[in-house]
Amino acid sequence: MIPAAFDYVRAGSAEEAVSLLGQYGDDAKLLAGGHSLLPLMKLRLASPAVIIDVGRVRDLSYVRDAGDHVAIGALTRHCDVQRDPLLQAQVPLLPHVAGQVGDPQVRHRGTIGGSIAHGDPASDLPAAVLALGGSLVARGPSGERVIPAGSFFEGFLETALAPDEVLTEVRVPKMDGAGWSFQKFNRRAQDWAIVGVVAVGPQAGGGVALVNMASTPVRAGAVERAVAGGASPADAAASAAEGLDPPSDLNATPEFRRHLATVLTRRALEEVAAGRP
Amino acid sequence: MKVTITVNGREQTHDVEPRQLLVHFIRENAGLTGTNIGCDTTSCGACTVLLEGESVKSCTVLAVQADGGNVTTIEGLAAPDGTLHPVQKAFHEHHGLQCGYCTPGMVMAAVSLIEENASLDERGVREGLEGNLCRCTGYHNIVKAVLAAAGGSS
Amino acid sequence: MSILGTRVLRVEDPKFLTVGGTYTADLDIPGALHVTYVRSASPHARLAGVDVSAAAQAPGVVAVVTGADVDLAPQVGIMGMAPAPMARPYLATGVVRFAGEPIAAIVAETRAQGEDAAELVVIDYEPLDAVIDPLAAMDGGPVVYPDHGSNRAISIAAVGGSTDPDEHLFDGCEVVVRQEIVNRRVAPCPLETRAAAARWEADGRLTYWVSTQTPHGAKSKLAQVFGLEADQVHVIVPDVGGGFGAKIGGYPEELLVVWLAKRLGRPVRWSESRSESMLGLGHGRAQYQVAELGGTRDGRIQAYRLTVVQDAGAYPDMGAFLPFLTRSMLPGVYDIERQECIWTSVVTNTTPVVAYRGAGRPEAAAAIERILDVFADEIGADPAEVRRMNMIGADRFPFTTPVGSTYDVGDYAGALDRALEAADYKALRAAQQARRASGDRLAMGIGVATYVEVTGAAGNTEYGSVEVRSDGTAVVKCGTSPHGQGHATAWAMIVSDRTGIPLDRITVVHNDTDVVPRGQGTMGSSSLQHGGVAVLEAADTVVSQARELAANLLEANVDDIVVDTATGRLHVAGTPTASKTWAELASAAAGRGGLSAESDMSSQGNTYPFGAHVVVVDVDTETGKVAVRRVVACDDAGRILNPLLLEGQIHGGLAQGIAQALLEEVRYDDDGNPLTANLADYAFVSAPELPSFELVQMETPTPLNALGAKGIGESGSIGSTPAVQNAVVDALSHLNVRHIDMPTTPERVWAAIREAQK
Repeated sequence: MIPAAFDYVRAGSAEEAVSLLGQYGDDAKLLAGGHSLLPLMKLRLASPAVIIDVGRVRDLSYVRDAGDHVAIGALTRHCDVQRDPLLQAQVPLLPHVAGQVGDPQVRHRGTIGGSIAHGDPASDLPAAVLALGGSLVARGPSGERVIPAGSFFEGFLETALAPDEVLTEVRVPKMDGAGWSFQKFNRRAQDWAIVGVVAVGPQAGGGVALVNMASTPVRAGAVERAVAGGASPADAAASAAEGLDPPSDLNATPEFRRHLATVLTRRALEEVAAGRP
Repeated sequence: MKVTITVNGREQTHDVEPRQLLVHFIRENAGLTGTNIGCDTTSCGACTVLLEGESVKSCTVLAVQADGGNVTTIEGLAAPDGTLHPVQKAFHEHHGLQCGYCTPGMVMAAVSLIEENASLDERGVREGLEGNLCRCTGYHNIVKAVLAAAGGSS
Repeated sequence: MSILGTRVLRVEDPKFLTVGGTYTADLDIPGALHVTYVRSASPHARLAGVDVSAAAQAPGVVAVVTGADVDLAPQVGIMGMAPAPMARPYLATGVVRFAGEPIAAIVAETRAQGEDAAELVVIDYEPLDAVIDPLAAMDGGPVVYPDHGSNRAISIAAVGGSTDPDEHLFDGCEVVVRQEIVNRRVAPCPLETRAAAARWEADGRLTYWVSTQTPHGAKSKLAQVFGLEADQVHVIVPDVGGGFGAKIGGYPEELLVVWLAKRLGRPVRWSESRSESMLGLGHGRAQYQVAELGGTRDGRIQAYRLTVVQDAGAYPDMGAFLPFLTRSMLPGVYDIERQECIWTSVVTNTTPVVAYRGAGRPEAAAAIERILDVFADEIGADPAEVRRMNMIGADRFPFTTPVGSTYDVGDYAGALDRALEAADYKALRAAQQARRASGDRLAMGIGVATYVEVTGAAGNTEYGSVEVRSDGTAVVKCGTSPHGQGHATAWAMIVSDRTGIPLDRITVVHNDTDVVPRGQGTMGSSSLQHGGVAVLEAADTVVSQARELAANLLEANVDDIVVDTATGRLHVAGTPTASKTWAELASAAAGRGGLSAESDMSSQGNTYPFGAHVVVVDVDTETGKVAVRRVVACDDAGRILNPLLLEGQIHGGLAQGIAQALLEEVRYDDDGNPLTANLADYAFVSAPELPSFELVQMETPTPLNALGAKGIGESGSIGSTPAVQNAVVDALSHLNVRHIDMPTTPERVWAAIREAQK
């Protein structure tokens, strides 16, 4: 219940956070909303020696119109993503997905950057950013770089972020009125997805991404190609689990996950095709 | 390290370890034991308080993260003259509590839910309380209470 | 007009809503040390070494204790009936037998220091094969107690029954159906986990605080274990955040707090984390059943056998005895000529099983209600009709069943009719037909369950007292131990009804053994019919005393003295001005013993509440997801004292019953490692998964007590589980699904559909 002891430092800016990460190395973890890290620490599954709190870096919380995309500061909370009028107008999938994360209390604290940097394949937002073909901006000692979402998630809880890099911004292309769907299948409303499917229409790139079907969020490439080739939702969805090795856990066997992926992908594609009123 | 949090309008300054959870700060340092701990996986919501007016699970916030901030707990919800908040009143009138353990967190979550939603129906209330577990009431009367409080307040 | 039967808001509420309750972990106990238990990570292993040396040196640690240090005798469970080798030590000694079993106790100045030190304890486990499946435990699996030779802890033979089935039970039955049923293990999950604290006073008395359902039981236990006179033990139970049966009796971790306090000469306190509680607090249910039902082709049931293997967990206690209660309610509401129940309880390397809301009776109802649906399906009959034609008629009471339970009064067909009508059963069946005809992938299911259950069986007495003080206020004491049920409101209503003293001038006291001299605690839905009746009797005695005194003071005949409960005055009949207030009478009585009375009421027998539940579900046939759309519940627990409190109890029971059928299960992997040991992994039902409930009121007073009341606390959880399970199977009956075990998780439902389609 009580985390192991740690030293605590506050970063006043992204640059300072980078510098502190460089200083403390492997001993340190960044703390944003804390709703990925603190639960692990309370069960002593993670015991970093140093916590670098970036939660007060106000200028990393924003939603901006950046022309062809919307730029979201990494420390923007889920509840703010959910309520943001610009996102609701230009990238409506994202506020909807943000509104499904955890519960209202979690959404008041958790951040989009924190969720994405944590790299949990069972999280909703990474899959959404992946499906949208978004990109992540990382700041390190040698400056900034932009990482496409498709190259960002490397393994279970592993991302392309270097140990001394801070995720500063999430960029999501505007959807241009494309249809979209998020199918989140879980036991109870507050639970992680057993399997989730995010899909967007052709005007937004036709991406289909899967939650909790692999060690990272993944694009269902075979499905996307089938749709692009004119296949019906049912036919396209049949290849949802192709090439994937879904996890086995308390809530589902790999076989059931494969089945769910097919069903939920079909439903997602149907909803995308039906468009938004 | 020294942490100062205004709890229910009173400044609380205490020297705590960085690992001190906000819920322990409230219960042990500020001596307000109304807020309860029901789990260790951020699941049950018994520890829900308002931080800057928004519901949070105080077991998943470090006190130091709330340094300089404003917290409202169940003890600070009624008016200074004792007049109950509409949510407190509604929970009483609709028998929305039995053993009382989930109640402070449930009430604070409901206060925040009503504050953030111009209109609520049953589904909205149930989903809004997805992060608050209760074993005694079966949620039926809690939902009634929250709808009543939401309907009454405008 | 009587206050009884009206919706009185709870007197308990203001505190809980403004400052919160004071639970054991909230208490201010200056100087108290904190205990942190180190628990087994292995389900079954020899303890080759427990190295606490680093922990003992950690900052703030005052002592570290292991099994070898504890000089208290292991406890023999099942009320002393468990085999001696299966006695439970306070801390594991030599062997650990379940994941979560306490191995060491670290006592430190703060909780944080205790948790830090716990990480430094090094345990050398030599793994032993674990047995998790009780069927394996019965036959061929690893043996938990080699000294005992088998895993059988107790069976029906212990109470004079036979474990040999009657080969002729089903002779002459045109149809016999058989179904294996798993009544799966669940976790009670009261929101407040266990907590206890102990302080030995300078005068040698022991003050003990604990979150329990049985304060006086705790007192006797402490006196026995620590060799104390009863009056040397003071048990105080602060507010309790739910119990549901799992906080009956005491746990070794709690008693050890007392032992540690003695040894260290300082107060000691303990409050467990949820993860600990998921393994350390007892579990519920865990019965493996084979139900066999035989009858005529037109629906008349003639014979029923239920064979039960009860998983008792590693240290058999109350859980091992649950099938005894299951058997007592074997036929449910049905008149069945030939019936038998054969049961055996076995140990496994899992958390010990305890009483949990219904304690053996939900298991009985779940079995017969499920096999009845299987029978109805077999003969092509409507499940509601098959129930109706086999019910014990309303004119047959008191009715003694072949297994020896005497049902006091009931109207089972009446409950069924009311529930079906409220649900509009005909319309539901029509809607189901239409849905099926349309080929909708969302299947609709209607589940019916009727039940009867036994309450008041936990004991047959309770203590109650009433005293009116010179200021006209009343103090009521009762030996029950409320933890959410609203007894303070209920007993105050009774006293107010009898005396006319207003509710806000009545104080009700529970949960302090120095103030309340004796009591049974609260369990088994017995408090109203025992505690409430005791309070009623005491109140009536006080009223008699008052009438005598008033007669004396007013120089009238006692028969002419009237109690005007509207004004709280006693006066001479026809002459309202010749009156005395309670304050005046109590003052007058002050010199002569006061106005007070006690009762140790004597129960006339167990009572049998009953009901019928109808549940409507939608099942997504592609994903297996079940949504509960409607729950209609008609529950009759005799005369209703306070409909508000009654409904609250039904709601809570419904939620837990539905949860067991839909969502909740405790799981272990094949090696015995727990998989659901926190509230993120254990699917504790939350608000979005439940609908609002439709309750249908029904009151058939029992003749067995002056309140006409039975117990309602557990009924909701008894009817709803089979109603939900039956609804899910019903939804898929057109796909040839006949049975799905609970909880009806999406994967289980999906697998059942696939299996049936083969």
